[in-house]
Amino acid sequence: MSKTTEQVRKSLARRYRAERRFRAYGIISIAIGLAALAILFTDIIGKGHSAFFEHYVKLDITFNEQTLDIENAGDPEQLNYGNYDGIVREALKARFPGVTERLQVRELSALMSIGAGYELRDLLRENPEWLGTTQTLWLLADDDVDLFLKAGEKGREDSRMSVEQKAWITELEAAGDTERRFNASFFSSGDSREPELAGIWSAVVGSFFTMLVTLCLSFPIGVAAAIYLEEFAPRNRFTDFIEVNINNLAAVPSIIFGLLGLAIFINLFGVPRSVPVLGGLVLTLMTLPTIIITSRASIKTVPPSIREAAMGLGASRMQVVLHHVLPLALPGMLTGAIIGMAQALGETAPLLLIGMVAFIVDIPTGPLDASTVLPVQIYLWADSPEQSFVAMTSAAIMVLLAFLIAMNTLAVVLRKRLERRW
Amino acid sequence: MQTGNLLLLLIVMVALAYYLGHQRSLALARPLGGIRHLHSLPFYYAMRAALWCALPALLILGGWLAFDDTIIRQTVMQGLPEALRPDSDGARGLLLSQIQNVASGALSPESVDPAIAAAAERLNNLRTTSAMALTVVVIAVGLVGAAWGWVKIAPQLRARQQVESILRVIFMLCATVAILTTVGILMSVLFESIRFFQKVSPAEFLFGLQWSPQTALRADQVASSGAFGAIPLFVGTLLISTIALLVAVPIGLMSAIYLAEYAPPKVRSVAKPMLEILAGVPTVVYGFFAALTVAPFIRGVGESIGLDVASESALAAGLVMGVMIIPFVSSLSDDVITAVPQVMRDGSLGLGATRSETIRKVVFPAALPGIMGGILLAASRAIGETMIVVMAAGLAANLTANPLDAVTTVTVQIVTLLTGDQEFDSAKTLAAFALGLMLFLTTLCLNILALHIVKKYREQYE
Amino acid sequence: MDTAEKLDKNASGRNHAEEPMIDLEEQPMQETRYPEHTVGTPFVDDPKMRLRDVDVFYGDNQAIHKVSLDIGKNEVVALIGPSGCGKSTFLRSLNRMNDTIDICRVTGELFLEDQDLYDPKMDVVELRARVGMVFQKPNPFPKSIYDNVAYGPRLHGLANKKYELDEIVETSLRKAGLWDEVKDRLHAPGTGLSGGQQQRLCIARTIAVSPEVVLMDEPCSALDPIATAKIEELIDELTESYTIAIVTHSMQQAARVSNRTAYFHLGRLIEVNDTETVFTKPEHELTEAYITGRFG
Repeated sequence: MSKTTEQVRKSLARRYRAERRFRAYGIISIAIGLAALAILFTDIIGKGHSAFFEHYVKLDITFNEQTLDIENAGDPEQLNYGNYDGIVREALKARFPGVTERLQVRELSALMSIGAGYELRDLLRENPEWLGTTQTLWLLADDDVDLFLKAGEKGREDSRMSVEQKAWITELEAAGDTERRFNASFFSSGDSREPELAGIWSAVVGSFFTMLVTLCLSFPIGVAAAIYLEEFAPRNRFTDFIEVNINNLAAVPSIIFGLLGLAIFINLFGVPRSVPVLGGLVLTLMTLPTIIITSRASIKTVPPSIREAAMGLGASRMQVVLHHVLPLALPGMLTGAIIGMAQALGETAPLLLIGMVAFIVDIPTGPLDASTVLPVQIYLWADSPEQSFVAMTSAAIMVLLAFLIAMNTLAVVLRKRLERRW
Repeated sequence: MQTGNLLLLLIVMVALAYYLGHQRSLALARPLGGIRHLHSLPFYYAMRAALWCALPALLILGGWLAFDDTIIRQTVMQGLPEALRPDSDGARGLLLSQIQNVASGALSPESVDPAIAAAAERLNNLRTTSAMALTVVVIAVGLVGAAWGWVKIAPQLRARQQVESILRVIFMLCATVAILTTVGILMSVLFESIRFFQKVSPAEFLFGLQWSPQTALRADQVASSGAFGAIPLFVGTLLISTIALLVAVPIGLMSAIYLAEYAPPKVRSVAKPMLEILAGVPTVVYGFFAALTVAPFIRGVGESIGLDVASESALAAGLVMGVMIIPFVSSLSDDVITAVPQVMRDGSLGLGATRSETIRKVVFPAALPGIMGGILLAASRAIGETMIVVMAAGLAANLTANPLDAVTTVTVQIVTLLTGDQEFDSAKTLAAFALGLMLFLTTLCLNILALHIVKKYREQYE
Repeated sequence: MDTAEKLDKNASGRNHAEEPMIDLEEQPMQETRYPEHTVGTPFVDDPKMRLRDVDVFYGDNQAIHKVSLDIGKNEVVALIGPSGCGKSTFLRSLNRMNDTIDICRVTGELFLEDQDLYDPKMDVVELRARVGMVFQKPNPFPKSIYDNVAYGPRLHGLANKKYELDEIVETSLRKAGLWDEVKDRLHAPGTGLSGGQQQRLCIARTIAVSPEVVLMDEPCSALDPIATAKIEELIDELTESYTIAIVTHSMQQAARVSNRTAYFHLGRLIEVNDTETVFTKPEHELTEAYITGRFG
C-alpha cells in the first residue's frame, strides 16, 4: 500500500464527519427558513381567521315612538335623528329585567355595537310600518362580546368585561340568543373606530386606484425605456450613466421615494396629499427599475435572426421593434410588470410620508379622493389599542397576501403559457 | 374645466386629428394612383398629425399643472400688506395655511384679519382664472397643432422618419426618468438638508450623542432647543442591521450552498420557491409579526431566564428583518455559486476532495467576491428597511449596543418626524430630510460598490 | 455521499458475465462492421487496472458498450476515436468522476489492482487520490500557484510540517517542468499563468498527491503547439513513476506519447494494439478508416 493510500485512509473518518456536518448545516438552514415561513403564516392565520366571523344577539326590539322620538317613519329627517340606541337599551333592559342601576344599564347597553342602531334605522326606513310594533331581530354585538364568545375558557377569564357583563352574555349564549355569522361588513365597509364595524373595502378601493395609476404610468414608461436602452441607445457614457442609475434605484430604500414624493410632488408641484394619484406617482418611480430590468431581459431573449429577417425586408429600425421585437417580448414584460405591481401593492413606507395614513371611512370614488391603501390600513390597525383589531389586522393581512399570491401565480402562469422557447 | 375632462377632450381631439390626417393622406394618394405613391404609409401621416395635436398641448398642460399652485401662492403672498408679510419660514407656512383654510371655506372670512380674507379671495380668483386660462390655452394649442399637422400632409413628406424620430426621443425621455428620479431624490434631500444645517451644525448632527427633536415653532417659546445628535440613531440602525445580517447571511448562504450543490432537483424545485415566498411578503406583515408575536415571545423567554428585555427590543426587529433578508441573500448567493464553472469542482473532486471540501476550499473562495456583493446589497436593504422597525422598534433614542434594549433607527425617525400634519419648515421636519440624505448616501455607496463587485465577478466567468 | 450510494446500488446489480473469449479468426466483419470482441491485445499480464464488460449509461442512453481493457503498470495507454465515441466518458468512469452526474450509471468489472472501483466499500475519495485526473481545459483554482499544488496534499494530510509541504510542492512542480518558470512567484495566482503553464500546474497539482494512475482527458486540446510539445515531453518523463491513460483527439499525439493505443467507435472498443501496430497496420477496418482520415 502506498504512502498516499495510507494517509488518505487515516484521514477519511474525520473528513466524512466534516462532510456530514456541512450537509447538516445546509439542511438546518433551509429548515429554519421554511419554519419561519410556516410560523409566520400559521401565526397570521391563527390570529386572523376569527375576524371573518362576528356575533349577533337576538333581541325583541320595540320601535317605540316616544323613545325613538319619531312620529312619521316616512320623514327622512326624523328617521336620521331617531334615538335608536334608546330602543336597543330598552330591549336589553326588557331581556334582563333585574338591571336597573344606571351604571349597570350602561354596561348592559355596551353589549351591543353602535352599529346596531344604524341597522335599526335602515330597517325602519325600509319598513315604516314597523313603527310602534315589536320585532325579533338579530343585531350586531360589541367587539368585546364578540371576542368573549370566540374565546376559550382561559380567554373568557381574561376578558376585560365586568363580571355582570360576562354573566349576561353567558345567559344569552345558553339561551341560544347569540349567533356566529360571516362578517360581510369586513369586506364591504371602510375604516371605523369600532372594530366590529371596520372593514377593508375603502383600503382595497384605494389600493386599486393607486395600482391603476402606477400601472398606467410605469408599464408604458418602463417598456419604452427598456426598448430605448436595448435597441436604440448608443454605447456611451450617458447610457452607462442611465444604467447605473436604474440599478441603483432598484436598491434604494423605498422610504427615500416617500421623501421625494413629499418634497417634489407635494411641496414643489402642489399635488394634493393622500390621493391615489400621488401614491401612484411615487410607486411608479419605485417600480420603474424593476419593470425596466425585466423588460430588458425579455427583449434580450428575442433572437437576432428575427430582427435581421425583418430588416432584410426593408423594415425600419422602429418598425422592427414595434412589429416584431415588442410583441415577442411582451409576455416577459407583462410578467415583470405584475411582479413590480405586487411589490408596489405591498409597499407601505413611502405612502406614510405622503399622507396616505389618513383615517378613511368613505369609499373613494376616484384617483383624486383621499384614500388609504391596504398595507397602510394594516399598519394603522396594528397600531390600534383594541384587542379586536389584532384579528382584523391579521385578516386584512390574509386578504393582502391572497392578492399577492394571486398576482404571483398569474405571473408564473403567464410566463409558462406565453413565453416562447427559442 | 376640470383637468380630467380636459384630458378626455384632448384625447378626442387627438383621435380626430388622426382620423382626418388618415383621410387626407388617402385623398392625396388617390389622384397619384394609390398609397404606394406616398412617401410613407397613411398611418404615419395620421400619426404625425395626432402627435402634433397631442404633444404641445400635453407639455403645456403638464407644465402648467406642475407650477401653477406655487406661482399662485407666491403671488398671493406678495399681495399681502407690508405689516402682514411673514418674517420667518415657519410663520410663512402658518399664514399660508390660514389663507388656504379661508379660501376653501374651512374658516369663515369674518373670523380673520380682513387682509387675509382679501388674500383668500384673491387666491380663489387666481385659481379660477388659471383653470380657465389653462382650458383655453390647451384647446387652442391642440387645435393649432392638429391643423399644422393636417395642412403639411403631402406625398413627399417624410412622415415615417419624423414620427419615428419623435418616438425615439420619447423613448429616450422615458429612459432618462431614472436619472431624473435620482436627481429628484438628491434635490429633495439635499435642499432641505442644507436648510437644516443652517439651523443645526453638521458637526452636532453627525457626532452629537443626544437625539430629542422636539423643537418649538417659534424661537421665543420655551424649550425651543431640540437636540439633533444622530449618533444614537446610527448606532441603533447598525445594531438592528447587524442582528439581521447575522441571521440572514449564514442561513441564506448555507441554504444557497445546499440548494446549489447538494439538493436533488426535486427538493430544489420545491424549497427554492418556498424560500422566495419570504421575499414576497410585504414588510408591513413582518412588522406586525415582529411587534405582536416575536417581541412578546422574546420578552417572555428573557423574563423566564431572568433577563430584562424591552418590549420593543432590537433583537425582535433584527431577527424578523433577518428572516426577511434570507431569500435575498440566498438567491444572490445561488446565482453566484452556480456561476462558478463546473471544471473548478471537477478539478478538486478529481484530486480526491470530498464535496464539502470542494465547496469550502474551491467554490466558496471563487464565489466570495460575488457573495460579498450580495451581502452588501443585503446590508443596504437592512439599513433602509422601514416598516419592521417602525412597528417593532422603539422611538426612544438610546445609545446602546445591547440587543435586548429598545433602540430607534434612522428610518423610524424619518417616519415619525414626517407623519401627521407637521409644519414643513421647522428644524424637526428638516431633520428628517437630513436623515434621508444620510440614508441615501449610505445605501448609494453600498449599492454602487456591491453592483460593481458583482458585475466584475460576472465578467470573470463569462 | 448520496451519489456514491446510488452508484453502489448500481454496482451491486452488475453483470458478472465470464470474460469474453477473444477469437480473431472468426470475426464476422462484413456483416456488422463491429467486431464482436475487441481485436488486438486488450489484455496484459499483471495489469494496473483491469476493466471488463464496462457499460456506461446516461439515463436510458448507453454510452459505452461492453468495453474490456487492461492498463498495464507504467505504460501510457492512448484512447483515440472520433468525437462522441465515448472515450472521455470511459476515462471518467475510471476514477468515478461520473458520480457527479446524477443520471450516469456504470456497470461491469472495474478493478484497480485487486480492488473493485465500484465496490460499496471502495471509498471514492481514496480512489481519486490514487487515480488522479487532468482535465481538458486547464482549471487551476483561483488561488496561488503554491496553494494549487498544496491543495491535494493538504486535503489528504500528506504533509505534517511546512517544509514537507514545501518539498512536495517543489518536487511536483519540478516533475511537471514548471519549477524554473514559477519558483520566484509561487504566491502569484495560478490563473495568471499562460494556458500551457496552467495545464502543467494542473498536472503538478495531480501528481502532488502521488497517485498511482493519472488520467488525462485531452490535456492539450486547449493549448498551442509549443505548450503541447512540452506537455508531451512531460508525459514521457512521468511514465517512469506513473501509469497513464490519455484521451486524445490527435493521432499524432497518441503516436508520440503512448505505448498502446485503444480505438473507440460509437461507444465500442474496436481495437487495442501496440501504438506502432495501430498506426502502421491496423487490424480492423474501422481503425484503418479512422487513422487514414476517412472520418474523424
